[in-house]
Amino acid sequence: MTLRDYAIRYGFIVLLLGLVAYFAIAADGFVSPQSAVFIFQSVAITGVLALGVTATLVVGGFDLSIGSVATSAMMAAAYVMVVLEQNALVAVIACLLIGALVGLINGWLIVYMRVPDLLATLGMMFLLVGLQRIPTEGRSIATGMTMPDGSVANGKFSDAFLALGRHRFDFFIPNLIPVSVVVLLVLALLIWFFLEYTRFGRMMYAVGSNERAAELAGAPVKAYKIWAYVISGVFASIGGILLAARLGRGDIASGNNLLLDAVAAALIGYAVLGGAKPNAFGTAVGALFVGILLQGLTMMNAPYYTQDFVKGVVLVVALVFTFALSGRGRR
Amino acid sequence: MVGNAVFRVEGLRKSFGRNEVLGGISLELHSGEVTVLMGANGAGKSTLVKIVSGVYERGGGTMTLAGQDFAPNTPAEAIRAGVVTVHQNINDGVVADLDVATNLTLDRLSGRGVPTLFNPARVRREAKAVADRMGLAIDLKARVSDLSLADRQMVAIARALAHQPKVLILDEPTSSLSSVEADRLFALVDRLREQGVAILYISHRMSDIRRLADRIVSMRDGVVSGAFDAKPLDYEGAVNAMLGRKVHLDRIVVRSSAKAVLTVDGLRIAQGARPISLTLGDGEIVAVTGLVGVGKTALAETLFGVRRPLAGAMTMNGKPYAPRSAGDAIAAGVFLVAKDRATSGIVGGFNIERNVSLPFLRRMSSLSVLKRRLERATARRQIEELGIVCRSEKDEMSALSGGNQQKVMVARWMAQSAALFILDEPFQGVDISARRDIAAKLRASANGRATLVFVTELDEALETADRILVMSEHTIVGEHRNADIDLDRLLAEVAGGPLHSAA
Repeated sequence: MTLRDYAIRYGFIVLLLGLVAYFAIAADGFVSPQSAVFIFQSVAITGVLALGVTATLVVGGFDLSIGSVATSAMMAAAYVMVVLEQNALVAVIACLLIGALVGLINGWLIVYMRVPDLLATLGMMFLLVGLQRIPTEGRSIATGMTMPDGSVANGKFSDAFLALGRHRFDFFIPNLIPVSVVVLLVLALLIWFFLEYTRFGRMMYAVGSNERAAELAGAPVKAYKIWAYVISGVFASIGGILLAARLGRGDIASGNNLLLDAVAAALIGYAVLGGAKPNAFGTAVGALFVGILLQGLTMMNAPYYTQDFVKGVVLVVALVFTFALSGRGRR
Repeated sequence: MVGNAVFRVEGLRKSFGRNEVLGGISLELHSGEVTVLMGANGAGKSTLVKIVSGVYERGGGTMTLAGQDFAPNTPAEAIRAGVVTVHQNINDGVVADLDVATNLTLDRLSGRGVPTLFNPARVRREAKAVADRMGLAIDLKARVSDLSLADRQMVAIARALAHQPKVLILDEPTSSLSSVEADRLFALVDRLREQGVAILYISHRMSDIRRLADRIVSMRDGVVSGAFDAKPLDYEGAVNAMLGRKVHLDRIVVRSSAKAVLTVDGLRIAQGARPISLTLGDGEIVAVTGLVGVGKTALAETLFGVRRPLAGAMTMNGKPYAPRSAGDAIAAGVFLVAKDRATSGIVGGFNIERNVSLPFLRRMSSLSVLKRRLERATARRQIEELGIVCRSEKDEMSALSGGNQQKVMVARWMAQSAALFILDEPFQGVDISARRDIAAKLRASANGRATLVFVTELDEALETADRILVMSEHTIVGEHRNADIDLDRLLAEVAGGPLHSAA
């Protein structure tokens, strides 16, 4: 490998390590278990969504509906527990079903109705943003709220459900690692293994790179594409569950940034290890990169309103890295 | 009949890297004549057209138009000078979302001295003038996307003719037209011929050529291999010159087979085509030859399950065989090396190893987890078997030459043993040594399966096959044992000549 190859392959990782080193020196208290956990926690939900959208990027698609799937799942969880007075398990299952169903519909629209992926999932995004407001006539869901028919909703978030957002596992230090971080790490490992080491993942990459060749190699291309959207939908709904558990209510105004942050993480992931292609490891690193940068800047007293700007800069740099430097742009 | 040569090409050369595509082409076009250019894929026709129309720069030689030196740097320059090309892909010549009138005057929308504002009335006026001159009877307000393919092509040609060219190049204009639609095109070509336009007509279709040609020029391997202008035109000679009939040096030992692997009975692959029946035997290599567009790929895809036959039945090793997908076919042991590896074979994001393992991932995994060691061992074995020139099995496909890329495609499907091995144009864009390697490999490994090779070039069939079938008009019109072939009869069948019509 030439120097240039090394730069493309490891440049982004080096940049990440450099960033950590810089903050370690410049920001007091950046190097501590609590700080590290905080970073992970801050990117957990975005990261889960980003891992899901990676699956659709792998088959050459895109899913813009993930943010609204997550917020719909959050509202559904709140509705199931607060209004229908069901337990945590029912709420979780309802959320996962919603995610899978939306994924199926997305896949069907794209594969069988031939709607371009961006447009189909954009439509689905709008549909869900509207749909999640209908059952409560646009109100947020919390215990004691008044329903449209005048009754009062008496259910409440079950403790088991809230634990998903608040419980912390011991890890050398008592009460260190939140459930959401564990979920992120487990899902990251799962999807990474799935994409890199199973024949399904391999075929999904083939579909994304040359659909006709994959079909002539005997792959059921349509099924693979639909499955990718189902994965994306289910991951997004898991993100929604974590969001609901963290907030403890069905907040109509939350989750605005989820889509953009998740997509940014997945696209930054293209640049990691010079793959110039969607990959689970890159996505996880991409999400962390953003988290570390924001945490570091916050600790150095950068105002909160600069955050989006910083994310944007990172994304643009990463994209230039991917498409110009490695010269292997695919999309 | 013989007019002045209005357009003259002499000693035209072009190379891409070390690969010489045109090796000194000389050609004359006369006013009021249709010169048909024939040539198999890779003969260099499209390169020639692209040089003449100003897309490529020529590597050497001269071109003159009406006595003046002709050296276009851009397509626009060529058009302005009076050399207009209508490309094969109809939709490249029109803008689907605009109406006919705008399409006809599209080339006047940009350039120097064009008013900034778009004046619909003026556009319609100019478009009407263009349409009238050509006798074009299409609603000028219709959107091009609502027109039939034939009408779109008329618009594309009319648009080209709005420049009042001296030379018109039509690149396989009938390849996607029905015969009625083609008749309209021929009438138009006749009209242009009378108006004194010099026409270069590129086609494989013998019926077109018989109908239109005043002269025929055959191309092969980047040189003119035959020019025919004596009446009556020698069509079979032209086909022969195009396909070539070099004495093949390494004459093969022809085998015949006793045990049938695949039996095809009454298979119809196109509307109005006569049914196909054939038997393929164990250990034999059968080549199917015929001109472009006679249904070779359709037959290959039908056998491979990606296209449904209209009628007929197939039997594989005694059992009924009716694949509904490529997956079905592969499970039954039918493998296809598809035509045009860049679009239907190579997965660009994968290295050699992963391209080789692609169809057999299920067999190379346990509990769906890939056995990477087995994958690598298979790739290494196949690289060795086919003599693929590469640094390692991790090389990207884009780093390989065309011949080696094709070897990877063949290696992919030879990694497991097939019952029926189909190769569709396996020698396209493959250098001579790789072609020899692949053919030798096919012959050496032929036992235990039936092998079916679809090729346009006769040489390739003669070099590889035990038996040669000839296709024309979506059916099989002739069969030859590759031992003492009656080449005249074979060529007549390929050309779809009287022998076939009488049959």
